[in-house]
Amino acid sequence: MKALVKIMPKKGVLDPQGKAIEKSLNQLGFSQINSVIQGKLIEIEIDSINENDAQKIVEDASKQLLANLVIEDYEITITKDE
Amino acid sequence: MEISVIVFPGSNCDRDVAVSLKQVFKRNPKMVWHKEQTLPKSDLIVLPGGFSYGDYLRCGSMAANSPIMSEIIKCGKSGTFIIGICNGFQILTETNLLPGTLIRNKDLSFICKNLPLKVENSKSRFTHKYSANEIIEIPVAHNEGNYFADQKTINNIEDKDLVAFRYCNKDGIVNDETNPNGSKNNIAGIINEQGNILGMMPHPERASDKVAGLIDGEKFFISILESIQ
Repeated sequence: MKALVKIMPKKGVLDPQGKAIEKSLNQLGFSQINSVIQGKLIEIEIDSINENDAQKIVEDASKQLLANLVIEDYEITITKDE
Repeated sequence: MEISVIVFPGSNCDRDVAVSLKQVFKRNPKMVWHKEQTLPKSDLIVLPGGFSYGDYLRCGSMAANSPIMSEIIKCGKSGTFIIGICNGFQILTETNLLPGTLIRNKDLSFICKNLPLKVENSKSRFTHKYSANEIIEIPVAHNEGNYFADQKTINNIEDKDLVAFRYCNKDGIVNDETNPNGSKNNIAGIINEQGNILGMMPHPERASDKVAGLIDGEKFFISILESIQ
């Protein structure tokens, strides 16, 4: 199975990278763009018999290492292999 | 008195801090590779500066899960002195031995210069050789030194007098203009509630030898020596 873990800065946490990208885009003429937040996307392959197990494994991995819950939220999407 | 300096792949201040420790403690620290499972008997554990694991994922996040760290966490919880400098501070927050975390500097640039610091708590076991509100000069060299924690945590740190050092100007003014990296309340270094663990972004080991120019870091190491004795 595959898992995608989307990790984004929590609301209210300073995101200087997102701000810098936003400024650059505005300078390029994308004047309609008024907010950019930068996060991370992590793709994982798991040996797991079912989606619930996969979800639990990736949940643990996210809490223990992938995300820092002081500053980040995470969201997991599990997909079956084709 | 036994000291261990933990060496991670990408540590680059491990030998500098070993020199400073030797000058003050009059003995060689043990250099302990991060893959060790057991720690030599230690009265002081030092997590040095550098770029452990190339700062992958988040600064300090991989090092926080190195094999040696479970021993270090155990020692820290039972009262052994631990200091984390720069990347070492980042590692201590990633292991939750210290609250909060260090994020990217607010203006996105790597800061490498000597900065004035205000000694905010001069009664701790790490800082008692300094006088109250003393202004010292210590080099910083970091890209992720912006101390962040939620407001409740910040309030707790402030209420319990756990801020060791704050960024300021040479007159001791602490405000947004004298905040180099965006840290909450200009925090440059903190102590845990038990009082045996300190993390700081500035490098006292780069200010502990007259030959190198600055000497204000020496009192930091002498404070620790006297606290352990």
